[in-house]
Amino acid sequence: MKTTTFSKTRIVSLAVLAVIFVALALLPTITEGYWLTRISDYMRYAILAVAWVIFSGPTGYMSLATAAFYGLGFYIAAIANGPVPFVAVIIIAGIASFVVALGIGALTLRLRGVYFTMFTFAVVLLINNVVLEVERLVTGTRGRFVETETQAVAYYAMFAVAIITLVSAYMIRRSRHGLALQSIGEYEEAAAHSGINVVRTKVIIFATSSVFMAMAGAIIATRRTYIDPGIAFNMTTSFLPVLMAMFGGMGNLFGPVIGAVVFTELGDQLLTKFPDLYMLIFGLVLILAITFMPNGILGLGQQVWRKMRGGRRAPA
Amino acid sequence: MHLLEGEGVSKHFGGLVAVSDVDFYVDEGEILGLIGPNGAGKTTLFNLISAALKPTTGKITFKGRDLTPLPAFKICRLGIARTFQTVKIFPHVPVLRNVMVGALFGTGKRISSRDAQKKAEEALEFVDLLSLKDLPAGDLVLANQKRLEVARALASDPQLMLLDELMAGLTATEVTEAMGDVRRLRDRGVTVIMIEHVMQAIMNTSDRIVVLDYGKKIAEGTPAEVAANEKVIEVYLGEECDVAS
Repeated sequence: MKTTTFSKTRIVSLAVLAVIFVALALLPTITEGYWLTRISDYMRYAILAVAWVIFSGPTGYMSLATAAFYGLGFYIAAIANGPVPFVAVIIIAGIASFVVALGIGALTLRLRGVYFTMFTFAVVLLINNVVLEVERLVTGTRGRFVETETQAVAYYAMFAVAIITLVSAYMIRRSRHGLALQSIGEYEEAAAHSGINVVRTKVIIFATSSVFMAMAGAIIATRRTYIDPGIAFNMTTSFLPVLMAMFGGMGNLFGPVIGAVVFTELGDQLLTKFPDLYMLIFGLVLILAITFMPNGILGLGQQVWRKMRGGRRAPA
Repeated sequence: MHLLEGEGVSKHFGGLVAVSDVDFYVDEGEILGLIGPNGAGKTTLFNLISAALKPTTGKITFKGRDLTPLPAFKICRLGIARTFQTVKIFPHVPVLRNVMVGALFGTGKRISSRDAQKKAEEALEFVDLLSLKDLPAGDLVLANQKRLEVARALASDPQLMLLDELMAGLTATEVTEAMGDVRRLRDRGVTVIMIEHVMQAIMNTSDRIVVLDYGKKIAEGTPAEVAANEKVIEVYLGEECDVAS
């Protein structure tokens, strides 16, 4: 009984995923311009939110370093795109970010709780200022121009990275590392005494999650012609994925994706329709969401679903 | 050679001496009881053995190998598993997966997830929790959470298990059951060091007892010897004094 409902839901969700996949894959052949940019944007934030959840979801270590890795992607694209093929640029961005994140992780992941969060916040500011200073000394300018890519190429790149991110997140979650991360999040001391190499697990998964952030950054950078440290290492990029993941729910990977789409859309609508009240309404929605949906949209959905099923079963 | 041996082990927290120059050992197949009043340094000693803390001075060896430079996860993989005075389970993780953590990471060998599950089920069977394996661990009652910790430790294939107040807070029946569990652990070939305040349990299950007070070892011997030791009686019941004065 239970298994049939389970497999039915599973088939339905696989079918829905397949339809979404095909629709997204064919999108550039039917439309261009506005919709491509918009869906690209959804995917960008979905990548950031899911990548953030890979590490911070199970461990509860709230990282605000997202902007550092994302911005790193920007700079790698600005430096390398053109002379180096676009695909290689994206891969280099991922590898560079992995290495940098290993370093940052090794330094910060001995800290816990709010100290870790503050340190990651500081890392973004630090990198922002270092890059600014280096640019001033080396190139004598503030920003850089980026070799652009066509809209369709950028879209497909984003689509590919989004899929890689989701598949990786799913595989990590189901693997022994997923269990290790969750154990660390629930009781770090017990995890260590049960044989988990806590520091190594945290640092490697932190670095892995940063790969996708940098890849998204490298792609987005090619849609802009000009970047500077303030654009690349904008703190909003660190905060938004956290809010999106909380808004959508972290129980499974649909949560951050839904959160990313809803949040991006909401932000756009508010910004265009009520530019003056944008932040006010946005903040209000956020407060209400966190107060009344502690487990995100996903949690709310599950609650409603359970009630509906319970209601239907009650007479029997 | 003893299975585990400590020489001159001390731990200072600032000016406080929690464990002071303690020598101890445990031999394979033994059940060693560790007793003493609150604050005597028993749990600190466990923390030193399992590398939750590093000794200020002294050396602890396991099968001749110096444990002092090793991190906690390596101690576990070497074959020393522990439970905690206040239970430290993974509350939102199902019981079975709690134990699988021990099986997957604690043995130091690479093991497939199916084998880990088998091993975890076997460990749960041992503590009689198999029927609850799909519940979130946080939903278990205290006695079962303590058993779960034993199962998680057991799944890491330990040669030595450190049980920190396994029986505290349990009912009389549960204490009897837990005593049986400890003996069955030993019968499986696991050497046990247990900290316990439940005297009936420690006297009946231990082969040998070490008594700590203010961080110092004040007595050591069979349960009968320790029970007759004047210093121990003094520590537990107070000094003899003239009632008239």
